[in-house]
Amino acid sequence: MPSTLFEKIWDAHVIESGGADDALLHVDQNFLHEGAFLAFAALRREGRTVRRPKQHFAVADHYVPTLGREAGIAGVTDPEVRGLIDLLAENSAWGGIEHAGIDDPRQGIVHVIGPELGLTQPGMIITCGDSHTSTHGAFGAFAFGVGASQVKQVLATQCLWQRRPKRLRITLDGALGAGLSGKDLILAVIAQIGAAGATGHVIEYAGSAIRAMSMEGRLTVCNMSIEAGARAGMIAADDTTFDYLQGRPYAPQGALWDQAVAHWRTLRTDEGATFDREVRLDASAVVPMVTWGTNPGQGLPITGRVPDPAATSGDARRGIEAALAYMGLKPGQALDGLPVDRVFIGSCTNSRLDDLRAAAAVVHGRKAKIPAFVSPGSTQIKREAEAEGLDRIFTDAGIEWRASGCSMCVGTNGDLLKPGERSASTSNRNFEGRQGRGARTHLVSPAMAAAAAVTGTLTDVRRLLAGAAG
Amino acid sequence: MQPFTEFTAVAVPLAMANVNTDMLIPARFLRKPRDEHYGQYLFHDLRHDMDGRLRDSFVLNETVYQDAKILVANANFGCGSSRESAVYVLLDSGFRCVIAPSFGDIFFGNCLQNGVLPVVLAEAECAELLAWLEANPGASVTADLQTQTVSTADGKVRSFTLDPVRRERMLKGLDEIGLTLTRLPAIEAFEQRHAQAQPWLAR
Repeated sequence: MPSTLFEKIWDAHVIESGGADDALLHVDQNFLHEGAFLAFAALRREGRTVRRPKQHFAVADHYVPTLGREAGIAGVTDPEVRGLIDLLAENSAWGGIEHAGIDDPRQGIVHVIGPELGLTQPGMIITCGDSHTSTHGAFGAFAFGVGASQVKQVLATQCLWQRRPKRLRITLDGALGAGLSGKDLILAVIAQIGAAGATGHVIEYAGSAIRAMSMEGRLTVCNMSIEAGARAGMIAADDTTFDYLQGRPYAPQGALWDQAVAHWRTLRTDEGATFDREVRLDASAVVPMVTWGTNPGQGLPITGRVPDPAATSGDARRGIEAALAYMGLKPGQALDGLPVDRVFIGSCTNSRLDDLRAAAAVVHGRKAKIPAFVSPGSTQIKREAEAEGLDRIFTDAGIEWRASGCSMCVGTNGDLLKPGERSASTSNRNFEGRQGRGARTHLVSPAMAAAAAVTGTLTDVRRLLAGAAG
Repeated sequence: MQPFTEFTAVAVPLAMANVNTDMLIPARFLRKPRDEHYGQYLFHDLRHDMDGRLRDSFVLNETVYQDAKILVANANFGCGSSRESAVYVLLDSGFRCVIAPSFGDIFFGNCLQNGVLPVVLAEAECAELLAWLEANPGASVTADLQTQTVSTADGKVRSFTLDPVRRERMLKGLDEIGLTLTRLPAIEAFEQRHAQAQPWLAR
């Protein structure tokens, strides 16, 4: 019987079927960050041990500062934050788990370094105590975020009881226009299906726009699957995937590599396989996107205008009214030209080399009109970007070039906006208070964030790409 | 984990959709150890203004809801991050049940891990329940996992379902690690087969 990519991976990991779509699944790879302290504390309190330490990898990302990193751990001044960074190292050592600490050359955002190190591979089941674990699905893996109790379970047993999600295919055909990227595409998808549009489903992204996309773009698309409520997002592996993976530190080598690739090529949805739901979107019609509200489904083309709550009623109306009040926007207001206070380029959504190149291309030869900073997704990406001279393009424009971490996406390291400040941000959540109490977040692509930095307003980046610098 | 069979308490109507985990507990509190009382962080930035004063306008601050232990809300409750602390804040405040038309997937799973029952009611039924609670402030609701019903003093009984496997675990308060480890021979046999079929995964 024809089956989907998701089903092939699920079926290959079932240890026991518990009935009612419930199964005990083997987890190939689990990632840990400082937030795992809750899981480790419970594990150790219960007197349990880590069953298969080599299938875990720990990295400091959520709490590491993006400034003063030359000093390593000594540069972390907040004792609570320092305690959490130290605790991850201590817990990892206790469990025999490989760990990339604050000054390790492999350090970076967990969803950036997994692929970068070759730990993330097609066909795997991957977990992490972070909702953006869906990112790794870009490699044709089934990857999902879990809470502390389930992190503890994976540490103790290397298995999880899971309920089988429904299958949703999103087909994205057509070529993306100049200045557009995976971020615009996924924001357009979520604007179409809503912030709960994929709840209970695992999404498979298909279509010519996905096939033509770099691994970086695919990672961005899968990353935000959770913002549509999906358990996971995934993309069948192809030559783009294999080219990215080959030669990475943890990727298979030699004969094993050939054997792996032969298997990975079978991990695609068969002709005639069925989905519970299908969605289509014409990628060639997508224009640069920006969110106006307080959930990622509240996005519009930059050419659009803020919606008028009076055009709706009931809960929908109240929802729009509340979002506009928080965001300090008026119905019918144009998004293009809206003044912005700060720009953040970073996060597990958009901090990879391609993202930084796209931002630098817009910034090149221009000056930032508002405070802005870049936090590369990993220490390695930081080095690679510096080797290309991207750091100079940013710093020449007056944009700060910082170290790697989750930074202003979640703000747990203290990188926050002030109350009332408005940001153009390449991160993934525009929730109330996400970037600081009272902070107003507009989610955009790296190119759009760069355009906001050099103009001081939300700006259609296509104008800057078409025209001369200045 | 504390078993969940039947639970009766004052229910607070929170007529909001897309209540996210950042609302349930702002990220700056995620660094707190579990033995700290997480209840103080529940809806912190909605309950308090920038100066730390309680906001009269937020429903949970109303006197009539000081003993509320069931929360009723609109769709997509608990969307957002995987932080289990979004459940700890409810549990440590005494909440054992949340009723909504739909939930964020990870939050739903985290509830089940902590003995907090997430009840999915049909959209119209949940709207009706919210309206009834708003008309009867301080009224109680009974959530019964044995009969899979939500009932109120007006005699209305609403049905919900939880899949049989998870229902059984909730009713008995079973520990999933204990359950899993009883399968150790099957797990080890699987791991051998898996490593043979995909030897590049062997670590």
